[in-house]
Amino acid sequence: MEAKSFHHALKVRDDICIGCTHCMTVCPTEAIRVRNGKAVIIDDRCVDCGMCLRNCPVKAIHIEHDDFKKIFDFEHRVALVPAVLSGQFPEDITVAQIYSALMELGFTAVYEVEHGVEILLEAAKRFVKNPAANQPVISSFCPAIVRLIQVRFPALTENVMLLKPPLDIAALHIKKLYTDKGINSDRLGIFYITPCAAKIAAIKSPVGEEWSPISGVINMDFIFNKIYKSIKQNGKSESCYLPKIDPLTSEGVMWSLTHGEATPIQGRCLAIDEIHNVIDFLEKLENEEIDDIDFVELRACDESCAGGVLAVANRFLAVERLKNRAANLPSVSGPIPSEMSEESIVRSKEYLINHIAIDDVNPRSMLMLDENMAEAMKKMNQRNRLLKSLPQVDCGACGAPNCQALAEDIVQGKAGIEQCFFIRNRQISSGKLNMAGSTAIIESIWGKKKLKKPESENI
Amino acid sequence: MVFEFEVQGGDFATAGNASSQIKKILKQLNVDHRDIKRIVVALYEAEVNIVAHAFKGRIIANIDTSEVRIRLVDEGPGIPDIELAMQQGYSTASSEVREMGFGAGMGLPNMKKNTDEMHVTSVVDKGTTVELIVFINQPTT
Repeated sequence: MEAKSFHHALKVRDDICIGCTHCMTVCPTEAIRVRNGKAVIIDDRCVDCGMCLRNCPVKAIHIEHDDFKKIFDFEHRVALVPAVLSGQFPEDITVAQIYSALMELGFTAVYEVEHGVEILLEAAKRFVKNPAANQPVISSFCPAIVRLIQVRFPALTENVMLLKPPLDIAALHIKKLYTDKGINSDRLGIFYITPCAAKIAAIKSPVGEEWSPISGVINMDFIFNKIYKSIKQNGKSESCYLPKIDPLTSEGVMWSLTHGEATPIQGRCLAIDEIHNVIDFLEKLENEEIDDIDFVELRACDESCAGGVLAVANRFLAVERLKNRAANLPSVSGPIPSEMSEESIVRSKEYLINHIAIDDVNPRSMLMLDENMAEAMKKMNQRNRLLKSLPQVDCGACGAPNCQALAEDIVQGKAGIEQCFFIRNRQISSGKLNMAGSTAIIESIWGKKKLKKPESENI
Repeated sequence: MVFEFEVQGGDFATAGNASSQIKKILKQLNVDHRDIKRIVVALYEAEVNIVAHAFKGRIIANIDTSEVRIRLVDEGPGIPDIELAMQQGYSTASSEVREMGFGAGMGLPNMKKNTDEMHVTSVVDKGTTVELIVFINQPTT
C-alpha cells in the first residue's frame, strides 16, 4: 500500500512569497491556491514537475534537499551522479575532473546512475515485447509523469512499465557492493545528485517500491557551484585525484535525454517531452485514439533531464555536450570490455534482474468531486450552476487558478463564492455585503499588506 | 444527468472532442477507471463513425449511478445491413477516410465488445441511431 500522504520536495517560502498568481496559473494539475497572501500547494494534487518554481518571479519556491554535512554521518560516502551533471560544465572540463572535485568535497566514491541502463535496457525490451503487457508501455523513468498518470489518467496506470528506473538499479547495486564487502548499511551513505524535484519525491515516497536505498539527495545547482569553485581554485590538472570509474555506455549517457529510451528500445517507440505535450498525448492515448505503439517515453521537462529545474547550463548546450560524450563510448550491446572493474554493475546482473520489478502503480485520481457518485453528481450540478454566475475571466483574483477551479472548490467546501471579485461587486451594489466585509475577504486571500497604502504613494 | 454534444460530419480534426468531454465528466463523478475506459473507447469509435459517414449528429449522454447510456443520433446515409456492418473487417469507408487511419471495419464490433448493451437502428438515406449502455458500480466488478 502506498502512503496516504505524499512527500513533496517543492516548498513555498512564506517569507519570500509575494502572493501573485504566476505559479497558480501555470500549475498543470491546478495544485496551487493563494491564501493569506501566500501560495499554498495541495499535496494530493502536486506531481513535483517544478513548473511553479520555474515561473516564480521572486524565487519563493525552492527544492528542499538534504544538508550537505549529512554525508559525513557515514564512513562510506557515495555520490550517485546522473550523466546530465557532466553536461552542465564547459567542454574543457573533463568528466574525470568533475568527479575528482566531488571526491575533494568529501565523497569517498562516485558512481554514475546510468550504469543501471546496462541492466535495464534488456529487461525493458523484454517487458515491451511481452504480449501480456498493456500497449503502449509507458516508461517509468520520470517520476513526475508517473505521478501525473496516477492523478489525472488513472486508466493508464496499467500501462506503466513495472521496472525500476536506472537510478534505483544503480543504488541497489552500490548497496550490494558494500554489503558484500561486509559494510553495513548504517556505515554507507548513498547521495543522489538530482536535476529535479520529482526525483526527490520519488526517493522519499517511492511508487511501487517499499523503500529506497538512497540515504539523501543533494540539488544539482548546489553541487555544481561547489564543483566549479573547487576546479577553479585547485586548477584543472595538478593534484587532482581521478577516481577510477567504469565508462558509461553511449546509451547510458543519452538515457535521460529526449529519445534516450525510445531509440534503443525496439519497436514503434515515441518520445515526448514537456508536461503539456505529455498531457495532450495522454488524453488521446486514454481514448485509444492512438494505437499500435509499443513504447512511449514521457518526460515532464523540455529536453528531458537536461531541462530539469535544477540544471544550470542551457539545456541545448548540455544536450550537445552529452552527445559528444556519448559519441566516444561503447554501445551497451557491444562486447563486455575486457577491463571490467571489480565494481562493474554487470557483475551483479543476476541479482539486479531478480530485483528489477516494481509493484503495480495504483491510480489515485484527484479529479473526482466526491467519492460517492450520487454526491459527486449533486456537486457537479451545483458547480455547473455556479459556473454560469462566474465571469469566466479566469483572473485568479479569487485565489484559485480559474473560474471552474473556484466553482469546484466551492462545492467541495474549500472556498466561498464571495471570493470572486465580480460576485462581491454585485453583492456590494445589492447591499448584501458591505465594504468591511469585502475587505476581510480580500485579506483572507491576499493578506493584509496588499490593501494598505504605501507611504510614498498618493493615489 | 444529461449532457449533449454536437458532432460535425467530415471534421476529423475535432473528432473525439465529445468523448474527451464525457471522459472528464466521468472522472469527476468518480466512476471506476476501468468502466470509464470501456465507455470512452466505445464512444470514441461511435463518434468517429458519425464524422466519417454522416453529415452531422448529436451525442446525448445519460449518466446515473448504475449505468451510463449514450445515444448517438446522426443524419446520414444509414446502414442498409446492420448485421453485415457488425462483422469484423467490414467497412464502407472511402479510401480517403482509410488513408487517415480510420475505416478498418472494426468500429461496430469494438463498440459492442466494450459495452454491456448496444442497439443500432438505421433508416437508409436518413440516418443511424446507436445506443451504448455500460453498467457501472456493479457489486461484482
